Amino acid sequence: MLLEFEQISRSFGGVKALSGVTFGVGEGTIHGLIGPNGSGKTTLMNVVSGLCPPDGGRLLLGGRPIHRLGPHRIAGLGVARTFQNIRLFAGMTCMENVIAAQHLRGGRALLPRLLRLRGAKISETRSVAEALTCLTKAGIAARKSAIAGALSYGERRRLEIARAMALEPRLLLLDEPIAGMRLREIEEMEGLFRSLARSGITILLIEHNMPFVMRLCHRITVLHFGQTVITGAPEEVAEHQGVIDAYLGPKRTEG
Amino acid sequence: MSEFFAVYGSLINFAGLNALLALSLYVPLSAGQLSLGNAAFAGIGAYVSAILTMRLNAPFPLAIAAGAFTAACVAVVIGAPVLRIRGIFLAMATLAFGEVVRIAAVNLAITGGAEGLIGIPSKTTMLIIYGTLGVAAYFLTILRGSRIGWSFASIREDETAAMVMGINTTLYKNSAFILGAFIAGIAGGLYAHLNFIITPGEFGFAAEVQLLIYNIVGGARSVWGPILGAFILTAIPEVLRGVDITAGPPRLFVNGLILLLVILYLPNGLSSFFKRAKGSSE
Repeated sequence: MLLEFEQISRSFGGVKALSGVTFGVGEGTIHGLIGPNGSGKTTLMNVVSGLCPPDGGRLLLGGRPIHRLGPHRIAGLGVARTFQNIRLFAGMTCMENVIAAQHLRGGRALLPRLLRLRGAKISETRSVAEALTCLTKAGIAARKSAIAGALSYGERRRLEIARAMALEPRLLLLDEPIAGMRLREIEEMEGLFRSLARSGITILLIEHNMPFVMRLCHRITVLHFGQTVITGAPEEVAEHQGVIDAYLGPKRTEG
Repeated sequence: MSEFFAVYGSLINFAGLNALLALSLYVPLSAGQLSLGNAAFAGIGAYVSAILTMRLNAPFPLAIAAGAFTAACVAVVIGAPVLRIRGIFLAMATLAFGEVVRIAAVNLAITGGAEGLIGIPSKTTMLIIYGTLGVAAYFLTILRGSRIGWSFASIREDETAAMVMGINTTLYKNSAFILGAFIAGIAGGLYAHLNFIITPGEFGFAAEVQLLIYNIVGGARSVWGPILGAFILTAIPEVLRGVDITAGPPRLFVNGLILLLVILYLPNGLSSFFKRAKGSSE
């Protein structure tokens, strides 16, 4: 297991957003996180990325507890994410967005640049080339000089994925990555996520598009009122009575 | 030529110092931090360096460096709690800090109280001012394309996104604040040794706002913007004098008009008027 949730809890005021969430995400798998609105999916993602530390429980990344670390430390351990409401650097171009996200990989150091050393130029060229690779993978290289704020909705989602890939993550968290995309774009994203998983990146994704989740994910966890209903293979989850109840409401007893 | 310098020498000097002060505010602005404490940091630099040269006969470069380091050290202490606050509250907190510095200068004996310090040795030359400005502008230009500069820009654009990109936002916000204070401290020290006299009022609210206006008018999106803004706004009173508009309300009116026009028509400042041709991959 790359990522393990052990009894993770988090409250906001009196509201228990998460209580006792326990499941594991296997290395190199695509793991879906589904559940009705308000079931705590995004909160759980904020817990993993360190934006919202849990009140209780343990979170392990590769066996190492990370629930007390700040967001930049967790990113440093190889966790990248996108946001449901898309948080790009809107005033920068696509290329600049990805370069800004190369912070952890080093390079572009101040001193060689000040002294105009040859290494500075090489480091810069490499940084631009790597950024272009990320843009190409996410299928947005053609728009590299466009200002991020001026992109279409689908393009912004792609750019956010490109930016997350600049971190060269072990674990990629995607919060509704295909929301608002057209069918053809969804198919392209599906291909992208599969190839990322093949290259060894573990993906944890939140998505409401059920056919997409069922096709793509190796394992699925269902959250309901901040609790895990079931974790299992797609077929298992689809037939589980608790899941059907969570989405459609419990079956009324005939009588 | 020498006649030109005799007439406009002090104007050119003050334009250079104002440009340096404008750059000192540009640094925290480039990391999205609206600090209104930079005039106070300049005041700290001015008083510390002037006291050192006047009382202890300290060498001029050492006094300037000591003033700048003192300003930076104060910024370390102030920055830790203050930079936890975001946006307009940060502006208010730093403004309050500026008032504390001003009131301290008015009430302390060593700073000469409300009358300030008189008889500061004249050491600052045009060459020193423009040399310092040149070094600062070069340094900040290089900084912009470095990992530190990219971190500043990321924090300015979206602090939460910057965090999950692995950027230690607390560290970089503090760095920007401290670097800005250091540059302001240098500018203050140079100002003290140019002007013969310094008083607490010079480093108050009006000065803070003036620095912000330089950045808005020139544009805080490039290193050249604040310098341009400072030059233009320092020169305008002289130009207006040429067309018989002297001090007072008409001059402030012209300043206000320029600010308004820039905000309305060139939201990224005058420097955006000159360029937007640079490559995207700086």
